[in-house]
Amino acid sequence: MKPSAMSKRKLKESSAESAESISQLLVKTTMHLARNYFWVQKILRERFCHHFCAAGKLFGMEQQYRHLLELLRRTTVHGESNSALVIGPRGSGKTALLNHVLKDLREMTQVRENLLEVHLNGLLQTNDKVALKEITRQLQLENVVGDKVFGSFAENLAFLLEALRKGNRTSSCPILFVLDEFDLFVHHKNQSLLYNLFDISQSAQTPVTVIGLTCRQDILELLEKRVKSRFSHRQIYLMNSFDFKQYIKIFKNQLSLPAEFPDEPFAQKWNNNVQHLSEDKAVQDVLQKLFHHSKDLRSLHLLLMLAVSAVTVHHPLLTAADLQEASRQHSTDSKANIVHGLSVLEICLIIAMKHLNEVYDGEPFNFQMVYNEFQKFIQRKAHSMYNFEKPVVMKAFEHLLQLELVQPLERPSARAQREFLLLKLLLDSSQIMEALQLYPNCPTDVKQWAASSLSWL
Amino acid sequence: MNTRQQSKLIYSWYGKPLGSDRKLRTSHYKGILITSESSKTETCIQLGDFILVEGVNADQPYVAQLVDLYEDGAQHKHAVVQWFCRLEEIPQNQRKMLKRDISAQEVFFDQVLGYDTDIAAETIIKSIMVIPLHLGEELPVITLNKEQTFYVKQSWDGKCFKVLSPDTFSKLKEANKTRGVITNSSKASIPSDIFTPVKKKTESVVRSATKPKKIDMEIESKHSSSKSSLSKERHSQRMANNDIKTPTARKKLELNSPTRSKGRLLGYEVLGLLDDDCDATAPLEQSATKRKVKFTNDILGSPPKIPCSDDKSKSTTQSAEHHQSDIMRLSPYTKVNDFSDEDKNLQEKDDVPSLGGYQSSQSPVVTPRSRRRCVQKTSALIAEQISMLDQEDFLSDSDSSYSLSSEEKEDDDDDDVPCTPEKKTKSNRILSTPKSSRKSAVHTPAKTLRKTPLKGTPRTPRNATPEIPRRIQATQEPASVLEEARLRLHVSAIPESLPCREEEFQDIYNFVESKLIDGTGGCMYISGVPGTGKTATVHEVIRCLQQAAENDELPPFQFVEINGMKLTDPHQAYVQILEVLKIRGHSFFSLIFLSLSLQLDLLWTQKQNVMYNLFDWPTQRHSKLIILAIANTMDLPERIMMNRVASRLGLTRMSFQPYTYKQLQQIVSSRLKGVKAFEEDAVQLVSRKVAALSGDARRCLDICRRATEICEFARQKRAPEMVRMAHVTEAIDEMFSSPYVNAIRNASLHEQIFLKAILAEFRRAGVEEATVQQIYHHHVALCRMEGLQSPTVSETMAICSRLGACRLLLVEASSKYLHMRVRLNLSQDDVMYALREE
Repeated sequence: MKPSAMSKRKLKESSAESAESISQLLVKTTMHLARNYFWVQKILRERFCHHFCAAGKLFGMEQQYRHLLELLRRTTVHGESNSALVIGPRGSGKTALLNHVLKDLREMTQVRENLLEVHLNGLLQTNDKVALKEITRQLQLENVVGDKVFGSFAENLAFLLEALRKGNRTSSCPILFVLDEFDLFVHHKNQSLLYNLFDISQSAQTPVTVIGLTCRQDILELLEKRVKSRFSHRQIYLMNSFDFKQYIKIFKNQLSLPAEFPDEPFAQKWNNNVQHLSEDKAVQDVLQKLFHHSKDLRSLHLLLMLAVSAVTVHHPLLTAADLQEASRQHSTDSKANIVHGLSVLEICLIIAMKHLNEVYDGEPFNFQMVYNEFQKFIQRKAHSMYNFEKPVVMKAFEHLLQLELVQPLERPSARAQREFLLLKLLLDSSQIMEALQLYPNCPTDVKQWAASSLSWL
Repeated sequence: MNTRQQSKLIYSWYGKPLGSDRKLRTSHYKGILITSESSKTETCIQLGDFILVEGVNADQPYVAQLVDLYEDGAQHKHAVVQWFCRLEEIPQNQRKMLKRDISAQEVFFDQVLGYDTDIAAETIIKSIMVIPLHLGEELPVITLNKEQTFYVKQSWDGKCFKVLSPDTFSKLKEANKTRGVITNSSKASIPSDIFTPVKKKTESVVRSATKPKKIDMEIESKHSSSKSSLSKERHSQRMANNDIKTPTARKKLELNSPTRSKGRLLGYEVLGLLDDDCDATAPLEQSATKRKVKFTNDILGSPPKIPCSDDKSKSTTQSAEHHQSDIMRLSPYTKVNDFSDEDKNLQEKDDVPSLGGYQSSQSPVVTPRSRRRCVQKTSALIAEQISMLDQEDFLSDSDSSYSLSSEEKEDDDDDDVPCTPEKKTKSNRILSTPKSSRKSAVHTPAKTLRKTPLKGTPRTPRNATPEIPRRIQATQEPASVLEEARLRLHVSAIPESLPCREEEFQDIYNFVESKLIDGTGGCMYISGVPGTGKTATVHEVIRCLQQAAENDELPPFQFVEINGMKLTDPHQAYVQILEVLKIRGHSFFSLIFLSLSLQLDLLWTQKQNVMYNLFDWPTQRHSKLIILAIANTMDLPERIMMNRVASRLGLTRMSFQPYTYKQLQQIVSSRLKGVKAFEEDAVQLVSRKVAALSGDARRCLDICRRATEICEFARQKRAPEMVRMAHVTEAIDEMFSSPYVNAIRNASLHEQIFLKAILAEFRRAGVEEATVQQIYHHHVALCRMEGLQSPTVSETMAICSRLGACRLLLVEASSKYLHMRVRLNLSQDDVMYALREE
């Protein structure tokens, strides 16, 4: 209380007005910066997290977009039944593409209110019964039966088929079925849901379009022959088929602030900075590395998210260092990271296992073998290591087991002695060596032992 | 302006039943009275008359000739008709066979089998004229009321057009002569009858000349109805109605067989008008004159006036009066032209006709009150009748038919609700035979076999009739040739015939037919790869058989379709059969034949009891069950069936061979007949390609359809474009090319290196399986060679799981981490090919 009171008095005594105005200005600028910071974080984070929503942009899939849009437009306008699969690796923008198409479709005047959508997901609708109920619910047909819960699965199917059969091309409202994780529907019994959907799409009933989204390239081989015959074999492939130049462009695009940003000068500054970044060699290296590893935009978003998190009120602009740091975090080896936190004894055990792997060429080992190897090292070579008792070593070993650096070949049973349980090491020797390099205060003899399994001879 | 939409119509029989069939509990009648409740008018339509029947849309009612009228046991009124089809009802591509222009007035004598000629009497709108003409003859010039007169020159039997046989020609002619429509005012409640006023040709000429004016006036008067708006509105409605009715009479005159009295009709119209006006406005003197204006107007336009009050004398005095009225009419008529222009002068002008020639209309004017009481009485009676009818209908419907709601609608009003009997639907989809249908059409009120939902599948709880909402905006018609072609190439578009399957069709037909005639059961096993037309052929056979049964050439039978893929459990097959027997069995005593078509391999259960029971059934002594079993594999009976099941299946087998390229080509070109969208070579390429791969007709059509899309994308600015080889090749590549190679080429650099590492490891170990750890070492080595930063194990694992998700690799569960085993999902050569290309 006291110092503040004193400072207050002081302020009053000295030129109170100017100080006040300065502090006000300070508050104003910090508020301003804080607001900018808030907006930058909000806009960019939303962009990176909801990349599949229709608000974002599509990259390198104009042709597929046109194809899908045209397909759905014909369904709604002409009542033409269709079926198609959108196939592409994870993160290639299948859902984003579909969402974009649907958004644009809904904006068309001929289409508005003229399309019923049913969205199914293979992870949620795990069997046909659940899927049928969901379809009925989304088509809002359940009120036909009143509040009564549906009867059997058979009744359900008959009910739905009847509903769809009654329509015809020119008068019924078209229905769009979107089957996310299409490959999981293939595993349903007899594929009867798929058969019926495709059968409707190939017969003069209510116009339906079935769009399946999947990442499996071999999806057609999974379809049963009758189902396959009824599928129209339209496949829309998304391949991430852009090169590095376009990748940089996407990077710029994803990072720049929109024109409607509240503080325009700041947005200008930010965008200029992004432009500079994209020309920076270090940044390009970072991006090149990521690009070589995976081309999907989701990993780019992840990297940018890490980088943007570094932006604070006092660090308002993104730098190349931020990106490098993010890249480092992004590409760290998870298992090797765990090794950094182990005790020296545990490290020694891992090295013993590594030697065993080399000697026996990857054959499984048990605790006793590791302990023997460790004992050899202690007796012949170690200078700084304390000879631990067996139970202590056992405890350390179990810790490694818990960390899943070692994995038992089979489930441990109650009868088997734990010492003789067969195990495998889940680390590669290169990972171990790398981790040792970084391990703080590692005894020299341990390092030497790790380098050569024969060094104790 | 169809009055049916505004007024309620009551249908009642005319006269006593002519005869009745006790067994079928039907009684036949010679005519039907249509009473319009609001106008209190009755129209009598008799056998042989030509009528309009409610169609899919209100503007296009169907044309038919009334052949029979009867009431069935459930007190439904039925009419048996001979259809005439309009040009619009004939498939587009068939129209070209006519090779001449068809006026909107021309209809075709419908000989297409399979249309249900038994309709609900309530769907009759009114009577019209159909005049037979010889082929060469020109259509008589008609200037007005085109909707009401039709000409028939040719007949249409679903495949081709034929000249009317002299027999039918004379019959039609005869029908025109004897035809008579009886109308009377319900107010007067005097039974009317038919009379045949002899009219002179000159008369008809005069009339036809003057008629257009009348119409004009009517329209004008509708517009000028500023004053007593209500009465005028009614008036205009009536006028529209009038409009519809009059021309038929005129045309008959032209044929020199005047059967119906024009004036009679008009007289009643006038009366109806009067009544309306009486109801609407107080019968003051002034309004009375106004009223006169209206109906004089009416009468002026419509030549012969017949006193409606003295019904007894009219038939004799008819002809004389005609003369009189015509003469009288002619003079004032010219004046009426400017009648509607000036409202004020109305009364003055009207005085002339009303005084001059108007004895006939006097009486209604004078005694409006007394009439009204009668009206009230009759209307009350009618209302009672209606309610009773409705109830009865409701009751009988609820147990016999599915679509309660639509039936009800049909009965209690006559709006052109889409659920009223449709003839159109049938012509659209001849092939899509309803799941199960029955020969006797006692319950089907419409021309089509009413599309009752899924007779073959179990009913949903509570008779629910689910329906997909109707679309809000109408579908667009195909605008370009390509769009038209695409529509026709859709698998769902049903061709008129099934090309290239005639032999199989005949075999199946003969088999079922012989069994039907013998009254025995039997099995036939049909196999073939998907898309070779098995189900379509069987459906076509059933359709033909049903037609034959309807024509009493075959004993009636029932058809049940069981599709293994649409069942959740094999035992549901019993439910479907039972359902059909339950619905149909009670009202129909005859031979029961069942044919089943099923996706056989899915009715497979552990003990095969479902299949055993089904196939055992025909072998029972008195069974009359015919089974057509459809499956894909030829040797299914030997492969998966137990001996006892296979032996019951019998030896009647048939296999559908995959289509050859020529057949595929024929299929495509038959669908594209008349549409010039494809190059001949392009079709051939598709056919050859598909025939070489699978012979699946669906695939062939899909490729063609895709090719039209590609063509549409590629073409520039509305330039008419044909689908060429390039487009087809692109479509084929799109559908058949292996996605793997493309996927690998578009993979990231490290993913490609990973695949290379896999190949290297395979080569080293000589086994087509490796753990990630082994591959990782190769990967690191390869990266060093290429001067790239080697990835960490985590990154490698990520790459591996990504490739695994795409199924380029087959991987184990990821919990094994480095020891996860990896295999390629495609051949090493493919991978090498894909990687080397760059």
